[in-house]
Amino acid sequence: MTTLTDPPKATFRLSMLLYDTRYRSTTIQIIVLIAFMLGAAWLLNNVRVNLALAGKDFNFGFLQQVSNFDIGQRLIEYSSTSTYGRATIIGLLNTLLIAVMGCFAATVVGVAVGILRLSPNWVISRLMAVYVEMFRNVPILLWILLIMGVLSESLPQPKDFRGENPTASMSMFDSVAVTNRGIYIPEPLFSKGLGDIPVFWNSFEISLDLMAILAVLFAGLLIGKLIKTRAMQIQAATGVLPKTGLIRLALVVIPVLLVLWILGFHLGYPALKGFNFQGGTRLGNPLLALWIALSLYTAAFIAEIVRAGIMAISKGQSEAASALGLRPNKIMNLVILPQAMRVIIPPLISQYLNLTKNSSLAVAVGYADITSTLGNTTLNQTGRELEAILLLMGCYLAISLIVSTVMNAYNERTKLRER
Amino acid sequence: MKKSVFIGALTVASLTAGIAAAGTLDDVKARGKLNCGVSTGLVGFASPDANGKWEGYDVAICRAVAAAVLGDNTAVEFVPLSSKTRFTALASGEVDVLARNTTWTLSRDVDLKFDFVGVNYYDGQGFLIPKSMGVTSAKELDGATVCIQSGTTTELNLADYFRVNGISYEPVPVEGNSEAQKLYLAGACDTLTTDGSALAATRAAFEKPDDHIVLPEIISKEPLGPLVRHGDNEWGDIVRWTLNALISAEEYDITSANIEELSKGTNNPEINRILGTEGNMGEMLGLDADWAKRAIMSGGNFGEIFEANIGEKTPIGLSRGLNALWTEGGLIYSPPFR
Repeated sequence: MTTLTDPPKATFRLSMLLYDTRYRSTTIQIIVLIAFMLGAAWLLNNVRVNLALAGKDFNFGFLQQVSNFDIGQRLIEYSSTSTYGRATIIGLLNTLLIAVMGCFAATVVGVAVGILRLSPNWVISRLMAVYVEMFRNVPILLWILLIMGVLSESLPQPKDFRGENPTASMSMFDSVAVTNRGIYIPEPLFSKGLGDIPVFWNSFEISLDLMAILAVLFAGLLIGKLIKTRAMQIQAATGVLPKTGLIRLALVVIPVLLVLWILGFHLGYPALKGFNFQGGTRLGNPLLALWIALSLYTAAFIAEIVRAGIMAISKGQSEAASALGLRPNKIMNLVILPQAMRVIIPPLISQYLNLTKNSSLAVAVGYADITSTLGNTTLNQTGRELEAILLLMGCYLAISLIVSTVMNAYNERTKLRER
Repeated sequence: MKKSVFIGALTVASLTAGIAAAGTLDDVKARGKLNCGVSTGLVGFASPDANGKWEGYDVAICRAVAAAVLGDNTAVEFVPLSSKTRFTALASGEVDVLARNTTWTLSRDVDLKFDFVGVNYYDGQGFLIPKSMGVTSAKELDGATVCIQSGTTTELNLADYFRVNGISYEPVPVEGNSEAQKLYLAGACDTLTTDGSALAATRAAFEKPDDHIVLPEIISKEPLGPLVRHGDNEWGDIVRWTLNALISAEEYDITSANIEELSKGTNNPEINRILGTEGNMGEMLGLDADWAKRAIMSGGNFGEIFEANIGEKTPIGLSRGLNALWTEGGLIYSPPFR
């Protein structure tokens, strides 16, 4: 009698792929992957077959064709003799403009509302609750249309400013005109300007005046920071903090004013000429309506995020700070908010992304964002549906990924370091 | 085994997706309804009345085609399309005919792969402006804010006109005609521009039409007509000759009043061929002999349709002008039924 048995033979049967727990999950994954790839291949084939049947090809050559249409709202030079590609860039810049303006305003309003909603003052906290609930629970498109309607119906027309007894007049010492087409504000002009330099093969120009001002401003801020560091060192060594506030302010303000004076800075005021106000910078109503609606709508969500963030900080923190003798606003700024930011930032990222994507509703009020220039007019005039929509999706995807990368980097910096 | 069924199904699915483009006549007959793309609401051309029944100049073309093909001018499914969605809807087969005051251009005909079957309205782009502005010519519009429908040929003509004349403007592109109207009436734009016929229709719908004028300049040629997909020529022929039948009917004085009498037979062979008492025109088109008779009975001949929907007795009040028959100094002309 022997206890020796044969070692198990390494046989492999096909059924083991399904019944052997060592292989099962891999098998399932491979099957799912194959199914996914077949599905994708079918979609692609469908597109290819149908494009061929419709006699269409797939190329982006149309971007180099002359567009033949005009765009009112533009940040860089554009005319109807420019290409569709340039119209797309104009739209992209307009989308970025509204996204940046919207995110900024929404954050400011949202943080304020979120904090005020926690105010011990009953009236203020209730009012903020009403605001948040109203904006959160009504679709954004309705808000955009409502605000656009209010702006274009209730504000005076340019012709109301005309005549012997005008029914409307300019505000702020005749420098700002509020009309139902937009708000005209004075524009900065330079009588001894340095001119512009074309960049990127003449595709757009950078103002040297602006560059000069920014350079001086940053230099002032940098030196100010050095002085501040030095002051901190003196405080660390002697215990006395030298007063540097005035010097630092002067360092920022005086050189900038000097540069403005050298460049011959003056303001160009809007004036009624012909059909519209001419001169000055125009903030068109579509832009304003979209900006106000997007900011207020997103701010309602941000307010809730901020409130949640603040409430996540234990009460002991504010009680301790209070016991140390800090005043309420210092408690908020120095103790509560820095800790709350760690809770606030991740959901804030998705609100920024939402705002950017919601800006595609611009088409409802005639703001020339990328959905309007590329997805609407260009698509319609060229008939390149597939290319235009894919490009549009690519643009939004790129913007969203960039925003979330930047915000994630910021999140990494502010999140709690665990050691 | 299962896998081969799956792949088989895949092949069938991708094939059927492709075939849908051909055989529109059979599709329409099988469906029992004609899908017709029309404007989202332009009084006189295509708009639903108080009972939700679609009526208008473009609608009449759809009804005539339905009457010719299906024998019933109410067997039409009207699909309201914006200027942006219209071509996609036609190309994808969502509609069989697009009769939505669409301008015949080379790129739409050739690059977008459509067939314009004819012209039912010779139009041109104009400007609507409040009388109180005191403007008498489009050349005085320097610096004006202009409301336009985005994605139309009018947007391109506008850019060309202002560039050629060296004057500037501020475009406000909006999605549809009703939005443009609202902005115009609120004074958010100085002038509204689109095809002259649509301006007349828009003005007619205003509370005080007399406070607004259409400027004399016509800045473009806008031949409007029904269109079908490229590649199904049999279907294109049917829509083309339905339109021609309506035009010929006016030319030969076939009206909805005397058509029954004329269809008993006349001594004019052309009338007989149109009405199917002579020859086999219907058979050639894949229809029966009475197709044109039914089309004409649907809403009357070309002239009757014009007068009933947009003519001088209607609030829109358009005169025939270029849209009179060639025999009366206009451009409306049908090739012979022979």
